[in-house]
Amino acid sequence: MLDWQSAQEDGGEALTQRVSRDRLQVVSSKVSVWTRLLRIWTYRALLLSLVRKELSVKYKNSILGFAWSMLNPALTLIVYYVVFQLVLKNGIPQFAIFLLCGLVIWNFFSTALSGATTSVVANAGIVKKVSFPREVLPLASVGSSLVFFFLQVIVLVIALIIARDLPAFTYLPLIVPALVDLVLLAAAFSVFLSAVNVYFRDTQHLLEIVLMAWFWGTPVVYAYQTIAVPLAHRHIGWIYLLNPVTAVVLTFQRALYAKVSPVLATGSVMKILPGNSPVWYLAQLAIVFVVSCVLLVIALAIFGRMEGNFAEEL
Amino acid sequence: MANAIEVDGVSKIFRLYQEKYTSLKERVIKAGKIPYQEFWALKDININVEEGTSIGLLGHNGSGKSTLLKCIAGIIQPTKGEIRVKGRVSAMLEVGAGFHPELSGRDNIFLSATLLGVPVKEIAARFDDIVEFSELGAFIDNQVKHYSTGMYARLGFAVAVNVDPDVLLVDEVLAVGDENFQRKCIERIRLFQKEGRTIVFVSHSPELVRATCEEAYVLDHGSVVGAGDPGSAIAVLRESLQAGAQVGGARISDPDKVEEPKAEKVPNVELVSIRAVSASEERPDHIFPHDPLKVEVGYHARSPQPGTSVAIQLFSPQKEVIFAANTREMGIEGFDLDSDGVVEINFEDLALLDGIYGVAVTLLDSGGNPISWLEDRAAFQVVNPSRVSGMVALNFSINSYSVPHIAN
Repeated sequence: MLDWQSAQEDGGEALTQRVSRDRLQVVSSKVSVWTRLLRIWTYRALLLSLVRKELSVKYKNSILGFAWSMLNPALTLIVYYVVFQLVLKNGIPQFAIFLLCGLVIWNFFSTALSGATTSVVANAGIVKKVSFPREVLPLASVGSSLVFFFLQVIVLVIALIIARDLPAFTYLPLIVPALVDLVLLAAAFSVFLSAVNVYFRDTQHLLEIVLMAWFWGTPVVYAYQTIAVPLAHRHIGWIYLLNPVTAVVLTFQRALYAKVSPVLATGSVMKILPGNSPVWYLAQLAIVFVVSCVLLVIALAIFGRMEGNFAEEL
Repeated sequence: MANAIEVDGVSKIFRLYQEKYTSLKERVIKAGKIPYQEFWALKDININVEEGTSIGLLGHNGSGKSTLLKCIAGIIQPTKGEIRVKGRVSAMLEVGAGFHPELSGRDNIFLSATLLGVPVKEIAARFDDIVEFSELGAFIDNQVKHYSTGMYARLGFAVAVNVDPDVLLVDEVLAVGDENFQRKCIERIRLFQKEGRTIVFVSHSPELVRATCEEAYVLDHGSVVGAGDPGSAIAVLRESLQAGAQVGGARISDPDKVEEPKAEKVPNVELVSIRAVSASEERPDHIFPHDPLKVEVGYHARSPQPGTSVAIQLFSPQKEVIFAANTREMGIEGFDLDSDGVVEINFEDLALLDGIYGVAVTLLDSGGNPISWLEDRAAFQVVNPSRVSGMVALNFSINSYSVPHIAN
């Protein structure tokens, strides 16, 4: 009985060994995007351990540790609440919730991009000494940002519970494709920026400024309609949707904040979100999806072209 | 047998910039006209390594041997050509590459092994072996930043050899760690060879290559200039080293200039023959342990060569140096060589057991520089009629006596 079992185990092990033994690695300057994707997939364990590393290193030696990633949005929230609801009074009801819906998205996007941009340069030590698909480095930055994103979503849910607000249930399922879009988009930019930064170290400084402008071009702090309505009057409403992050932010706001055009205490109606059907939102997300996929393929191709000289440039 | 590594027409061009322009401003201003020189680190290299063989890459600094290893490892891509590597590759270009100082040894084992492409399940199964090999014991849960250099190197090596590689690429890493650890590493490499794994070694040390490899390639200025068994490859390496010493600084800046002086250089004294024979009158055809051995080296000197010293090395059947002597270092006065003659080296009592042993002899000029050498041309066999075994014939006696039991 025992012998049979061990024989069985041996057979299984031999099989898995043979699978890895037959692996043929080709080192050449011409490798297709598809081969690159397959290679990243075989290194998914590395992706996970790099994400784990970043998470455990980030708050090492700090007393509050992981709590910081939740405290940070919570404290930002309070600052923005004080500034825009108590001091400047922009008039958006339940502003804290509205803001947080967009802010979690934006925080994910910007931390993923800024972390990824420096990822290859920061890991010069292993890039110069070990062979692995280097795309894993920027993708790990996306991965760890995603973990922090979910921690921040917890803050958002707590805020929703405190405010006793109900989400828009018909729009709630749209969050899934929105997240897929967001991750793909962040991955595309991350892969591209990490490669470019190896050659032009200005990228990381330039990115800070671009991200700031991009932030204000995304309806996070103010309402979408504040900008979209005047643009629509001039028949250039589409310009605003060129920003692919907008569609994702809008979906989040529509699903969780859920107030399209609330009636204010003064009796006037405030237009905040587009009042379109879920299909319109889905269509926007579909466009972003296609754009993200194309960008990701382009980014991988560019990365592949540039990767050959990483070890020398660093 | 199938090839484990196929290097197919590989060239690598490095661009050497006078200055590095890594900021956008500088690149825009200097767009298109950044001065650089093209440097061929590798020139049309073709090497096939059969499964289960160990090869050595030899060459002096800047010969391209490490670049080739990095290409095989997939760390840099060749400008032209293709390299196909079959099976799992583990590259030891630097021990402990990819360790994060803030993480514990345990976490780093997982991080570093996944970096080498090993599934987590497999690492977990090998975890105990890795810890045992590294001799870290309880320290495995400490942060790596608190490790000593030796501990760091042990852990790095332990991970690299325990990922169960089919192809192991090693670059001078054995230079780290204490002697004990080095021996352990070499033992592990020997075990790998027995298990039929493929090993590519880059080393400055010809002895290490001779002791571990079956085949060696000599690189010079990015091209393979010599290939074959380690002995003859090492001879090519020494020759090119000597040519390099002659030309001095010129060789790095202009590789084409080197060829001529190399051909012109004819040593004043040349070794022409070498043989190792029994000096015993009873058994001229066999050498038994403790018999006398005579090594005769014939030379030809074009002009008088005063103050010549002689170096001799004996090799075990495993190609390890078991004896080396240099008359210059021993303080023996140099010989004056002229025209043709013989240098005779006598071992009165050859304390060796069975095996075929190799002999290498080098002549050195009065400054201690090698002039001529012969190796892998002479060997002798020791036949052991007695019942003892091993490599060294030690005289010993044995007796037994009883010790009265001491009461209280």
